[in-house]
Amino acid sequence: MEKLLNSLTGTIIAGFVLVIVEILVIHAIH
Amino acid sequence: MEFVGYDWWTQFIRWGHIISAIMWIGHLWYFNFTQTPTMPKIPTELRPAVVRFILPEALFWFRWGAMFTLGFGLILAYMNGYLVDAIKIGIGDDNHKFTAIGIGMWLGTIMWFNVWFIIMPNQNKVMGVTPATPDEVNAARRMAGLTSRVNTLLSIPMLYAMVFAAHYY
Repeated sequence: MEKLLNSLTGTIIAGFVLVIVEILVIHAIH
Repeated sequence: MEFVGYDWWTQFIRWGHIISAIMWIGHLWYFNFTQTPTMPKIPTELRPAVVRFILPEALFWFRWGAMFTLGFGLILAYMNGYLVDAIKIGIGDDNHKFTAIGIGMWLGTIMWFNVWFIIMPNQNKVMGVTPATPDEVNAARRMAGLTSRVNTLLSIPMLYAMVFAAHYY
């Protein structure tokens, strides 16, 4: 996790992955 | 036409929420996209200029931006009538908007907590506001930096949730 966070590019990519998870959660709840 | 009715005040609070958020996230991204990656390239003798002069000023606007963003945001959610529904992330409401704004609010609240209760106490050690040994300063720098990165990571899904809740769902 620390290795990922030390990379700015890795952090941004992980952020976009979280957006995809978030979209799935929003639609899964309803 | 009523000029300063309830809807006007709601939008006024929304405007306050957004300009505070720009102050906050603008500084967060300044730290992560500009200051932190540039520090190793700055000659050692010049680094105190950043740590002693720019950093304290930037952290002032950063932490108070976070505080006002949260405050205006909670007032806005209350005025819009969905504060409780959002806290429940829309479970049981059959409404995507409450889920989206709720996820955004929770992510934003975690980020606000990180600013005030993890980043600031550690940065105070780095800046010498709180007395600390050299080892404690190094540990504090690492913790503040990692938490700042976590907030940068969370800012991406947080902004997706906020924008889509307001304009799509």
